Amino acid sequence: MAVFPWHSRNRNYKAEFASCRLEAVPLEFGDYHPLKPIKVTESKTKKVTRKGSTSSTSSSSSSSMVDPLSSVLDGTDPLSMFAATADPAALAAATVMCPSHACLVILEQLMDHVLLGTDEHNHVSLQVSDTAAATLPSPLLEETASDPRLKCESTPELRSQCLKKSKLEFLRMPPLGVLVLEKSHLCDVNSFCLGRAGTAAFAMSEKVRTRLEELDDFEEGSQKELLNLTQQDYVNRIEELNQSLKDAWASDQKVKALKIVIQCSKLLSDTSVIQFYPSKFVLITDILDTFGKLVYERIFSMCVDNRSVLPDHFSPENANDTAKETCLNWFFKIASIRELIPRFYVEASILKCNKFLSKTGISECLPRLTCMIRGIGDPLVSVYARAYLCRVGMEVAPHLKESLNKNFFDFLLTFKQIHGDTVQNQLVVQGVELPSYLPLYPPAMDWIFQCISYHAPETLLTEMMERCKKLGNNALLLNSVMSAFRAEFIATRSMDFIGMIKECDESGFPKHLLFRSLGLNLALADPPESDRLQILNEAWKVITKLKNPQDYINCAEVWVEYTCKHFTKREVNTVLADVIKHMTPDRAFEDSYPQLQLIIKKVIAYFHDFSVLFSVEKFLPFLDMFQKESVRVEVCKCIMEAFIKHQQEPTKDPVILNALLHVCKTMHDSVNALTLEDEKRMLSYLINGFIKMVSFGRDFEQQLSFYVESRSMFCNLEPVLVQLIHSVNRLAMETRKVMKGNHSRKTAAFVRACVAYCFITIPSLTGIFTRLNLYLHSGQVALANQCLSQADAFFKAAISLIPEVPKMINIEGKMRPSESFLLEFLCNFFSTLLIVPDHPERGVLFLVRELLNVIQDYTWEDNSDEKIRIYTCVLHLLSAMSQETYLYHIDKVDSNDSLYGGDSKFLAENNKLCETVMAQILEHLKTLAKDEALKRQSSLGLSFFNSILAHGDLRNNKLNQLSVNLWHLAQRHGCADTRTMVKTLEYIKKRSKQPDMTHLTELALRLPLQTRT
Amino acid sequence: MGTALDIKIKRANKVYHAGEVLSGVVVISSKDSVQHQGVSLTMEGTVNLQLSAKSVGVFEAFYNSVKPIQIINSTIEMVKPGKFPSGKTEIPFEFPLHVKGNKVLYETYHGVFVNIQPQKGKLTPSPVDFTITPETLQNVKERALLPKFLIRGHLNSTNCVITQPLTGELVVESSEAAIRSVELQLVRVETCGCAEGYARDATEIQNIQIADGDVCRGLSVPIYMVFPRLFTCPTLETTNFKVEFEVNIVVHLHPDHLITENFPLKLCRT
Repeated sequence: MAVFPWHSRNRNYKAEFASCRLEAVPLEFGDYHPLKPIKVTESKTKKVTRKGSTSSTSSSSSSSMVDPLSSVLDGTDPLSMFAATADPAALAAATVMCPSHACLVILEQLMDHVLLGTDEHNHVSLQVSDTAAATLPSPLLEETASDPRLKCESTPELRSQCLKKSKLEFLRMPPLGVLVLEKSHLCDVNSFCLGRAGTAAFAMSEKVRTRLEELDDFEEGSQKELLNLTQQDYVNRIEELNQSLKDAWASDQKVKALKIVIQCSKLLSDTSVIQFYPSKFVLITDILDTFGKLVYERIFSMCVDNRSVLPDHFSPENANDTAKETCLNWFFKIASIRELIPRFYVEASILKCNKFLSKTGISECLPRLTCMIRGIGDPLVSVYARAYLCRVGMEVAPHLKESLNKNFFDFLLTFKQIHGDTVQNQLVVQGVELPSYLPLYPPAMDWIFQCISYHAPETLLTEMMERCKKLGNNALLLNSVMSAFRAEFIATRSMDFIGMIKECDESGFPKHLLFRSLGLNLALADPPESDRLQILNEAWKVITKLKNPQDYINCAEVWVEYTCKHFTKREVNTVLADVIKHMTPDRAFEDSYPQLQLIIKKVIAYFHDFSVLFSVEKFLPFLDMFQKESVRVEVCKCIMEAFIKHQQEPTKDPVILNALLHVCKTMHDSVNALTLEDEKRMLSYLINGFIKMVSFGRDFEQQLSFYVESRSMFCNLEPVLVQLIHSVNRLAMETRKVMKGNHSRKTAAFVRACVAYCFITIPSLTGIFTRLNLYLHSGQVALANQCLSQADAFFKAAISLIPEVPKMINIEGKMRPSESFLLEFLCNFFSTLLIVPDHPERGVLFLVRELLNVIQDYTWEDNSDEKIRIYTCVLHLLSAMSQETYLYHIDKVDSNDSLYGGDSKFLAENNKLCETVMAQILEHLKTLAKDEALKRQSSLGLSFFNSILAHGDLRNNKLNQLSVNLWHLAQRHGCADTRTMVKTLEYIKKRSKQPDMTHLTELALRLPLQTRT
Repeated sequence: MGTALDIKIKRANKVYHAGEVLSGVVVISSKDSVQHQGVSLTMEGTVNLQLSAKSVGVFEAFYNSVKPIQIINSTIEMVKPGKFPSGKTEIPFEFPLHVKGNKVLYETYHGVFVNIQPQKGKLTPSPVDFTITPETLQNVKERALLPKFLIRGHLNSTNCVITQPLTGELVVESSEAAIRSVELQLVRVETCGCAEGYARDATEIQNIQIADGDVCRGLSVPIYMVFPRLFTCPTLETTNFKVEFEVNIVVHLHPDHLITENFPLKLCRT
């Protein structure tokens, strides 16, 4: 094969540049211009047309389409329907649970008889089968009635399931299971249970287990279930009841549904595990809500006849007679419920249905129900009943405030009961202390108070407060007042509240909770200016005396916000010092990391100026309390995030630098082999944010030494090192800018120091392309600063690194071929090499040669043309190098064009390289002459053709001939895209019209277009 | 599918009084057209004497002598023989409610011994105040063993309109023993008699708890009871039988005391 010589085309870059620019078109005022703001008239007409079009589309869509989303929300989509009704697993579970549920009902009744002692002389078991008749599915009923043994077995299990909750309950049950047959025994058992329950600790399970084992007829399964009975089981049971309510309703068993609801609300009169009461209340009222909704919707649907739909705010006259009659029936049925508590809850749950009967129904019903609660003796049960009524009332008739107030005042009247004998006895029996009993009240009280105080006039609030004041032991009330009333209301009376809190009885409700509530209000609203300091002093005086570190920190945490909001660093410092003092003994801080973290967050939130923040003396000692590494790192992260967010100006404040370096070091040191990539990225981001914010202004040396220090500190985080290298490069360029390109001896030395910094830092990185790019980048910087030998060193380092590039690299967790990245890097590299001057002692173009050798030796993918593409790029580089004046230069650096000045030896050397490269390309094209590679051959050939066209001198015959051959090659097997070929030809013809390109006309004639035949 | 026949009465609450008109429709629905021999509708009202399970024996002789008494009976022919078209056919009807002969039409009521009658009562409010202490109690075996207590209260009226609830108030002023429950017990007293003698039977027909647990002292608890529709009727006194009502206020004290206070009521319908 002939060797083709290369002849570069001479380029006049300036002229080409000029011809590339767009022509400037003079513009008259008022002419159309695409960047001009649109005139109002124009937009108006546009609007009109748009309107027309949208209306037409919308009309068509409304007639033909239903919004797919809304139709899904109608509940007709198969998924939700499936979930609602047809879930086979749920169904199966429901049916499995059904018998035991029925038994539960029986057992409830049974317990009633036992507990109230009202049972006639009947045999208890007889009673069971009687009641069972009403509720049991028949097969089970037969079993229960006929097989007493079965009943005995199931009794404890079910009983404890229905009253579940704890092992305490569980302890009470087994004897009942055995002795259920005789009433006289029952009484014994009962008293036995009650007597034991108080003293029996929860650690009784061992004893219980042995007792269980004594019961021969216990099956293993049930025993197991008993032992595992937890709060979760209780929740599950109630959820099942909820489901069976829905099922009963759906299958038109309204009476059964009502029975389920009554059974459920009966559970609310049981306070045997009192700590569980609030949770139970939530679970059961949920069922009641479901029930209320079902009843209301059913009656509502009765009022809807075919033609009209009842509006949301209908009056009773609109409801038809059937609906009214059904509604009345419900109320009559409920009015005959024997027990007070179920009657109350069930009626309250369908309160809304009064709307069908009369306009004043709800407003008559609410006060009556409110009065009815007075009959509930247990204060906890009654306060939750009030909360429920307030909730329902607010939902159905928010304008009826009167009964809300009545509830509140009734509650105050019964308040003294909490400290009465009945409650105290009950607590003793259950082994519950008053301080853990009283906190059961606030959820319900807060709700009631909130309902009342919502949009309430100031006078009402004042009256309520006055009434609370009058009662003794009012800490509980005070707490709810503070958590429910408007923060502004509380804040303006802060001093009063502090006074009241001080007067409170210490026993019962803990004072620190009161101060906490007050603190929460003060964080939201500001007290009068004049009181602020006094408030803090008074509050802190109490807080600091708290002995229990947990109580202390819960309170202090809240008050830190108030302090930060209104006071200076001096007060904050005092507070932090106090916290440290309290939390250090016995390493109490170990248990309170969340609160301590909150304190830090609040301090940071109010002190955006970090120089002030770090001048708070106790801030850093405070940080020292975070001794668990994970928490400490979390806190450090918070600080750094705040810094990055709030620091506007670069800083050199030594206080900030010292502190933050310490913080960053802490974060960095937490990195180990197990640290996740994400975490590392996050930490690096934060540290980088800090590094970017450090500036010593014109003191470049100081800046560099900071970078040196940082490098030693953060050597484990690669992104930080990368950032440092970039920062140092930037520093070098800054120096150059300051010196306006003319380095003095001193700055030259400094810049070399920067370059050296980069040169020794880069090898410590692991990412191969990171290193390559940084070498290139740093080399460019070195070149720009006239550090020629250093630049050479960078480029040589890059070249020697290329063989190490693996074929596959990991990008975002996926293995990808690296060739495209390599190609990209090399193209970039070539562009730089154009202006790198040759070393006087090495041969001509030694860097390019070395690079070519490396490319030659690199093991490329078998079926890839990347190598050839790179060679084509080399050809471009070499053509550019053979020009008289290069396309670009670096200020104060003489590139090869001025070094050699178009010396013929240099050009010959250059051309020789070209020939070698071309030979390689042609060689490769030849190997592609196989069937499966023809397409590649065609496209490579065309791209080579284009290269010659752009960079080669086609007046040279051989080159001309080569290009014609390539053209044919590209078309030979019909693989070429005809349109591209046509375009190329057009381009050639167009070019030929330029003054010194006439030879292209002739070429164009020799390039036939293949016709498809 | 066969033919379904349903009678629908217009008034939703299904309560009618003498002299009024009972109206409604007969609905016949079937898939195919149906041949028929005519449709006639008969209305029949009877008074039936039933025997309480409690008082078997006492009444047997008496029972045998009384047959169900027919008090109303009328028949109308609605449709002549012919054919119903397929689908739904509605035939409206009306019956005037007139008592047969000169008998009085009583209000329907299910009791142990049946019967009732609408009676225009004259309602005069008659409030009752009451105080319950150990001293006021009768039937106490050992008065000394009773814990001390004082319960006051009042009923707004013992003359009640049957459709209105019984209302009042109850205050536990003091009680040594904890209160377990306070209940309202509605009792019906039926007396039935003839020449051979009479039978009296008191039945609890409703029990409503108004206080559960140890209620707050000195705080009034509302007394409120809706009269059950099926088991109550206006108080009635005729030559053959009497139906009267009473309410008991029942207080359960810890550990096991039961205190009952009885109030006769007079119910009427206005």
